[in-house]
Amino acid sequence: MKYNYYPGCSLERNASAYHDSTMAVAKPLGIEFQEVNDCNCCGAVEFMAIDKMQAYALIARNLSLAEQQMSNGENLVAPCSACFLNLSKCDAYLSASPALADKVNKALAAGGMHYTPGQVHTRHLLDVAVNDVGYDAIAKKVSKPLYGLRVAPYYGCLIVRPGFLDKFDDPEYPTSLDKLMRTLGATVVDFPMKAHCCGGHMTQISEPVALYMIHQLLKNAADYEADVITTICPMCQLNLDAYQHNVNKAYGTHYNIPILYFTQLMGLAFGLSAKKLGFGKEFISAAPALIKIGVKPPKKPKKKRPSKQELPMPVMPEEE
Amino acid sequence: MTIDTLDIAASPMPATVPKRSFLQEVIEDTPGSDPRFEMCIQCGTCGGSCPSGPDMEYSPRRIFAMIKADMREEVLKSNTFWYCVSCYYCMARCPQQVHITDLMYTLKRKAVREGYCRKSTASDAPDFSEFFADAVLKYGRSFELGLATRYHLRHHPLGAIKMATGMGLEMMRKGRMDLTPRRIKNVDQLQAILSKAEEIARQEREQGGVA
Repeated sequence: MKYNYYPGCSLERNASAYHDSTMAVAKPLGIEFQEVNDCNCCGAVEFMAIDKMQAYALIARNLSLAEQQMSNGENLVAPCSACFLNLSKCDAYLSASPALADKVNKALAAGGMHYTPGQVHTRHLLDVAVNDVGYDAIAKKVSKPLYGLRVAPYYGCLIVRPGFLDKFDDPEYPTSLDKLMRTLGATVVDFPMKAHCCGGHMTQISEPVALYMIHQLLKNAADYEADVITTICPMCQLNLDAYQHNVNKAYGTHYNIPILYFTQLMGLAFGLSAKKLGFGKEFISAAPALIKIGVKPPKKPKKKRPSKQELPMPVMPEEE
Repeated sequence: MTIDTLDIAASPMPATVPKRSFLQEVIEDTPGSDPRFEMCIQCGTCGGSCPSGPDMEYSPRRIFAMIKADMREEVLKSNTFWYCVSCYYCMARCPQQVHITDLMYTLKRKAVREGYCRKSTASDAPDFSEFFADAVLKYGRSFELGLATRYHLRHHPLGAIKMATGMGLEMMRKGRMDLTPRRIKNVDQLQAILSKAEEIARQEREQGGVA
């Protein structure tokens, strides 16, 4: 299966573990990705707050690039929930409002581009994995089932809400990721807050507001004794992972739950090496979870400082 | 005083089209199909579903009532829409299918354009969006290090130092943060598109629209 691939800004650096693991599982899944050439930022949740026309033109440039390089109606895949929402929402609103589409195309024309609303169908990577590849095909590829690993499946917001193009899962209580994790052999814990918000950009704007939301999610996962939380969005991963320490400080808790991308867990179950799947980049180390399922965690980079033995240490003369 | 004695001709009201209400302005400034703002039945499902609702000065339900009451200044000075995290719970649950999250973006844009955001209790927040947009305009990509540095140095310099030496350093050590921005190849093309978009919106505003 061929897809156009829109990585977005996060996957290039901050969420490179997501990108690496996506590329690693593509082959066993039988997926071929063609990256959208020279794509730009989708605007995240920020650009729309500044300028509407520019925000739509920004997203439409990506859609236009995807439209140009599509050969026979392949879908566009976005692994980031915010990119997925922006691309699909822009297409839906341009289709719904010809006046807006006309203005956006006038702007695109300044760069010699054009986009026909409705041409590019954007889908999330999870949707493609469970619906196009399918649970059965995934199950056939599992060589090292994640037996015994207790996983809390975390969806976050934008993948299931509001669903502009197609609602592939329930907006309140989604289950596709649960089912995928079970396919991989993991034990899926009950996680009632699975579709709640991670706080998004509030970690920057008003940290206490974000820490409250992150704390609720971590508490919920810890209450159900999850070994790891698995996520499908770079923003959710960053907030729950990098801010876990701050939550512990603010709430006097001792959470130590690794936050892993679903593609990383899928790769492990396919028998791929932890290093190839981008393990080791998480703030909360996944090593204990990896050991639990019998996977060797990637080696920590050696410190360059020479060992004590190599240092010229003063030696006491031996007593006779 | 009877109706007959009223001098209608001397009334100070100009004989032009009645002024557009705040609600009407907000509706026209919201993209896509009909955002259904007039359909709000004040049930409060939105506020009850909002994860940052407790920190908002006015709940989304109350903001709707205030917009309908033409309370422009109070609405645009509030922190409500700046605390919206775009989780779309309100929109998914609204029994009237009102496009609530889109409303929050429209209010953000209005507050920035009309300068009310500087008087808000969340007056730092607009800078985060603005600095993010600046980087995208310049490079075509977001630039996390530049954004975090610029935003925190401006608003909480002490916190910025703490962040740089703690989380920032760890991000770099793990190879999760770029030291320099990444630029797309065709940045000139993107800038031409975006400045044209700005021009279109400006022309429309000058002609009385709200793009």
